[in-house]
Amino acid sequence: MSGFSKEFKKGIVISNPVFVLALSLCPVLAVTDTLDKALGMSGAFALVIIASNLIISLMRKMIPDVVRIPVFVIIIATFVSIVEMLFQAYIPAIYSALGIYLSLLAVNCLILGRAEAFASRNKVSDSLADALGMSVGFCLALILISFFRELLGKGGITVFGNELFTLPVLAENPISVFGMSMGAFLVMGLLIAFFKQIGVIKDV
Amino acid sequence: MAKIKNDNSNKTEEKLIISSAPHLRSKWSVKRTMYLVILALMLPTAAGIYFFGFNAIFVILTSVIAAVATEYLVKLLRKKPFVMDGSAVITGLLLALTLPPTIPLWMAAIGSVFAIAIAKEAFGGLGHNIFNPALAGRAFLQLSFPAQMSVWIAPSGFAPDAVTSASPLSDAFEKIGSNPEIYRELLIGNINGSLGETSALLLLAGGILLIILRVIDWRTPVAFIGATALLSLVLGQDAVYQVLSGGLMIGAFFMATDYVTTPMTRTGKIVFGIGAGILTVTIRLYGGYPEGVCFAILLMNAATPLIERYTQPRPYGLGKK
Repeated sequence: MSGFSKEFKKGIVISNPVFVLALSLCPVLAVTDTLDKALGMSGAFALVIIASNLIISLMRKMIPDVVRIPVFVIIIATFVSIVEMLFQAYIPAIYSALGIYLSLLAVNCLILGRAEAFASRNKVSDSLADALGMSVGFCLALILISFFRELLGKGGITVFGNELFTLPVLAENPISVFGMSMGAFLVMGLLIAFFKQIGVIKDV
Repeated sequence: MAKIKNDNSNKTEEKLIISSAPHLRSKWSVKRTMYLVILALMLPTAAGIYFFGFNAIFVILTSVIAAVATEYLVKLLRKKPFVMDGSAVITGLLLALTLPPTIPLWMAAIGSVFAIAIAKEAFGGLGHNIFNPALAGRAFLQLSFPAQMSVWIAPSGFAPDAVTSASPLSDAFEKIGSNPEIYRELLIGNINGSLGETSALLLLAGGILLIILRVIDWRTPVAFIGATALLSLVLGQDAVYQVLSGGLMIGAFFMATDYVTTPMTRTGKIVFGIGAGILTVTIRLYGGYPEGVCFAILLMNAATPLIERYTQPRPYGLGKK
């Protein structure tokens, strides 16, 4: 299964959806102010992209070429609705914190992009590997960004109500810029710069 | 003809470089300009230390040291030579002068680090930055620590006790406006406010010194202050009060005249000044912050490439389009 692992691995580093492809930045920048929201978004994203990549890859020979985008959107939106209802039923706190961004996954450029560029052209096992790899890469990126934003913008890390640790001075005077959208750009830019500096991300 | 140091050999060699005319030589250099600006800034700095005592000294030292240290570290990371040209000192000093004297020292240091590492070096260093680094650092602190950034103490020199009160700009204008007493205090600087923004007279002196030495152009500050006064007058405000209070003087003379982030053309300088003046009054009167100079100059920094594009002088002999 070398093809499977190759398709899986590429999403994590070589074409990391956030740091390299720079796709789907709207949810990335909007929901990464706390670790909780980033984890919730990563979970929703993974469920939607895995399911939709699978279905689209299965149906790739049946979908007429001219209407493929509307069909992809319908398939993706179906799974987004399912995930939304699941979140609302089981983790309502995260559901309300994520707000509009959960529904916006239906028109997420990364999910649609993988459907169009990969799942509709490749066999089911490769599409599944691609979706899994993209999910892991997306999740890691969100965790990294939200970790630094919560640490600096709130002065400590709290995961699902459990306070993991707090910084001594920053807890009273958090650098609130990091909680704002400006902080999201700042942290993401600095992380990309760091990865380029140590050679993880190569210039294209 | 220029002299170049050859770093590869131990012995310093001088190489001759042949280039085309004109071979102009000038006593001006980046270093000389920067140190003249620092010299002029010493006047408001002295006033800040006189009025706010040890607080002022500590904030200024922290801010300047943090700025220079950040510059050194970033140059090291970027594998670029570190030049002590004084630009980092100016950034740190200007930032300190716009901060409240009571700000915790680590916050001043964070402001300096942001100003140098993000606003200046991330864009490519001196000459490449889009926004004035000191103002970007101040805006970062303003957004991050709104509480600590709006604590204003009455000047008490080196006396140990300080009284906290509202900034003159955030007080109701009706209460204190149009009072000759307050004009005198604003001119001298014996009033609560940011470290180096209080003494309008000394800032004016420093600014005029730089204009006479031809370090800065008179157009920007005149347009900036003129537009602020005129618009305040039109909107029924006390124009003298609006001009003398807040960060307008330091902004107009020392920040809106930055070579890198403001237009080069003469018309552009006037457009920049007027735009910054209009934005300042708008933010002061209708915005969420009592002071608008910082954001006004930053916004005009963003508009600078556009201003330059439309104010390019036409070379002699070329016809109209």
